[in-house]
Amino acid sequence: MSNTPPTPELELPDKHYLNATYGSGIRSWLLTTDHKRIALLYLASVTVFFFIGGVLATMIRIHLLTPGGALVTPETYNKLFTMHGVAMIFFFLIPSIPAVMGNFLIPLMIGAKDLAFPKINLLSWYIYVIGGCFVLYSFSTGGLDTGWTFYTPLSSVYSNSAVTPAVIGIFINGFSSILTGLNFIVTIHTMRAPGMTWFRMPLFVWAHYATSLVMILGTPVVAITLLLAGLERMFHLGFFNPALGGDPILFQHLFWFYSHPAVYIMILPAMGVISEIIPTFARKPIFGYAFIAGSSIAIAVIGFLVWAHHMFVTGESTYAALAFSFLSYLVAIPSAVKVFNWTSTLYKGSISWDPPMVYALGFIGLFVIGGLTGLFLACLGLDIHIHDTYFVVAHFHYIMVGGAVMGYVGGLHFWWPKITGRLYPRSLSRFAAVILFIGFNLTFFPQFILGYLGMPRRYHTYPPEFQVLNVLSTAGASILALGYLLPMSYLTWSMRYGKVAGPNPWPATGLEWKTDSPPLTENFEVTPEVTWEPYDFKNRPDLGLATGAPLPAPAHGDD
Amino acid sequence: MHRTGELYGQFETLGQQKESATLGMWIFLVTEVLFFGGLFLTYTINRSAFSTAFGIGSNTLDIKLGAGNTVVLIMSSLTMALAVWSAQVGKKKLVSFFLVATLGLGTVFLGVKAVEYKQKYDHHLIPGHGFDMRYRSAHPLPGDNLKDLALEKEEVEKAIVKDPDINYHGQLYFSLYFGMTGLHALHMIVGAGLLLWLIKGSFAGRYTPQYNTPVEIVGLYWHFVDIVWIYLFPLLYLIDRHH
Repeated sequence: MSNTPPTPELELPDKHYLNATYGSGIRSWLLTTDHKRIALLYLASVTVFFFIGGVLATMIRIHLLTPGGALVTPETYNKLFTMHGVAMIFFFLIPSIPAVMGNFLIPLMIGAKDLAFPKINLLSWYIYVIGGCFVLYSFSTGGLDTGWTFYTPLSSVYSNSAVTPAVIGIFINGFSSILTGLNFIVTIHTMRAPGMTWFRMPLFVWAHYATSLVMILGTPVVAITLLLAGLERMFHLGFFNPALGGDPILFQHLFWFYSHPAVYIMILPAMGVISEIIPTFARKPIFGYAFIAGSSIAIAVIGFLVWAHHMFVTGESTYAALAFSFLSYLVAIPSAVKVFNWTSTLYKGSISWDPPMVYALGFIGLFVIGGLTGLFLACLGLDIHIHDTYFVVAHFHYIMVGGAVMGYVGGLHFWWPKITGRLYPRSLSRFAAVILFIGFNLTFFPQFILGYLGMPRRYHTYPPEFQVLNVLSTAGASILALGYLLPMSYLTWSMRYGKVAGPNPWPATGLEWKTDSPPLTENFEVTPEVTWEPYDFKNRPDLGLATGAPLPAPAHGDD
Repeated sequence: MHRTGELYGQFETLGQQKESATLGMWIFLVTEVLFFGGLFLTYTINRSAFSTAFGIGSNTLDIKLGAGNTVVLIMSSLTMALAVWSAQVGKKKLVSFFLVATLGLGTVFLGVKAVEYKQKYDHHLIPGHGFDMRYRSAHPLPGDNLKDLALEKEEVEKAIVKDPDINYHGQLYFSLYFGMTGLHALHMIVGAGLLLWLIKGSFAGRYTPQYNTPVEIVGLYWHFVDIVWIYLFPLLYLIDRHH
């Protein structure tokens, strides 16, 4: 490095979306239509729900330290896991990557000034907040004990907890998701800059297109389903209540018609994040671009055809179960396409171990375990044995936490310099990524074994022979918590004190890196024109990279 | 985002803006199809399980009001289409006229629906503790056709022998009746609000051959709501009309 001339200290741009004022302080945030500011509003609000869900998870793990339960009564335990699920799934995981990073990045990545419908974008945040208030009201006035799945007739007749406000809140929140998906699809269709053809779009955008398809096609169904369940509870109707002639299995079909694809709302955007990080830190074009793009769409489509694999033990027809089992196996194909393409991208790449890359590699490992154990569960014979055990709990946490949250935190690290204009300490953040990986595995791997040995999920107690594995899991959870608290603190610190990043610190090839960090309110001084292929480092004189010369090392914050 | 004339700042051209708005409305309608789809599925499953109760429930509906309302709604779709056409060819006065006509017909539809709901209330056919499938034939109201009621009574008596829980299953029919028509009516009310907004714009002469996207996309919405009714009418009113 001794022969490189010292680079001048970078400075933040004079004018950017964070300091542009359209009014006085708080008003300029609450009435903003800037997709970047709305993304930050979402970032703050999903963090609140992540924190609530995290505290509840901590209580669950503390309770399970002893076989008899260490902390709460059985009734309270039911409420803990229900509220943990509701907060995390509906109010953190589903909006997390799309509404925060998708919102911030899609217009930047396709060279647009904003989303197609900026006001609807702001509206969707308000809908989220209103829905969230209803749910918090439910949590604080009696709680919720039905499980996040709201199975009837428990939720519609027998539960003595505050089901009605929770159902109303989730119903309302659904429209936030629908409007976000609608906005993304229209934006991707009509707002692309000149030269930004479909197959030049970043894979992150493809992933969000697929996610949006699931959002607009699935969410209305769960909305009407929860509406019916809510009406059933409020007015003693019988849609799903067998005592009145209704069909509780119908509720499960309708519920999973959304809630299975909802898993792809969580994981597809994370896959999009990984598809951006891997080529950047392997310094080479992504392998099999079209296949990764197509596999996102394939996952979204097949994802709609597998829902009844949640219902193998409800007595559904064996032939239906066979079909759903087979279709569930099919999801493995596009998922594997992605994993193989990412690893092929790494092959002979010039890999640097920067924090986003560590998260991305962690994602691949955890997603592979989560995905393969999904195949165990799709297997008709084996599912009877491990249905509703901790095996299922471990499996979906590997996908949702090991996959989606790992992608979310990795993505935050990757685009943080773009969002705030500043870098964070490199060693500390790498350490945090490793802590997250270790803590996660220690928390959830024992649960696979527990489930296989027969420990059922959602029980407040367990036989003494399961204690060692449960204690391991709780110990892991405390390491995992550190893995989340560390980034929360140094990222917050870096907003003020981090080293200035410059427009393209890694460097990466996407359009979002061609504008200032933080970007202007209008995103670009002039509408960019795209003349290059995606993830191409070689033919990009516009990035300031000399042809043939090695790429500069990623910039990083002071340690 | 600032706005120059009718062009919002995030767009480059009016054409792009129109394409986005239209695509947005079509996607919204797709979500609506799925939203109503859950109800239609619930209806289908229950009707196949309890066809007798659903048939009796269906026959208590007033077919004249239902059919009349169907005509009113189809007429309103015609006037809506004519409003869009008038805007496209620049006949500003006609736009206002047809929008007001659409709103008028929509209001008539909602009024008739209210009358029908009131009848159900009088007949003890609102799901809940007072619900009784036998009440209507035992307590004729002025204007009821006694011959029909006698038939209905016979039918209910026969059905009860086979299905002692018919009151529960009849309630499922009426829960769905109120759920589906109620949700449809709610969409009509939202549509009426949108029409009021359009009428305000059209009195101000806002819609021209160059710029008429709002009229067009509200038109799409209005036609969609009509189509939902085109399905609801036979499914709720016509399933067992053989006598």
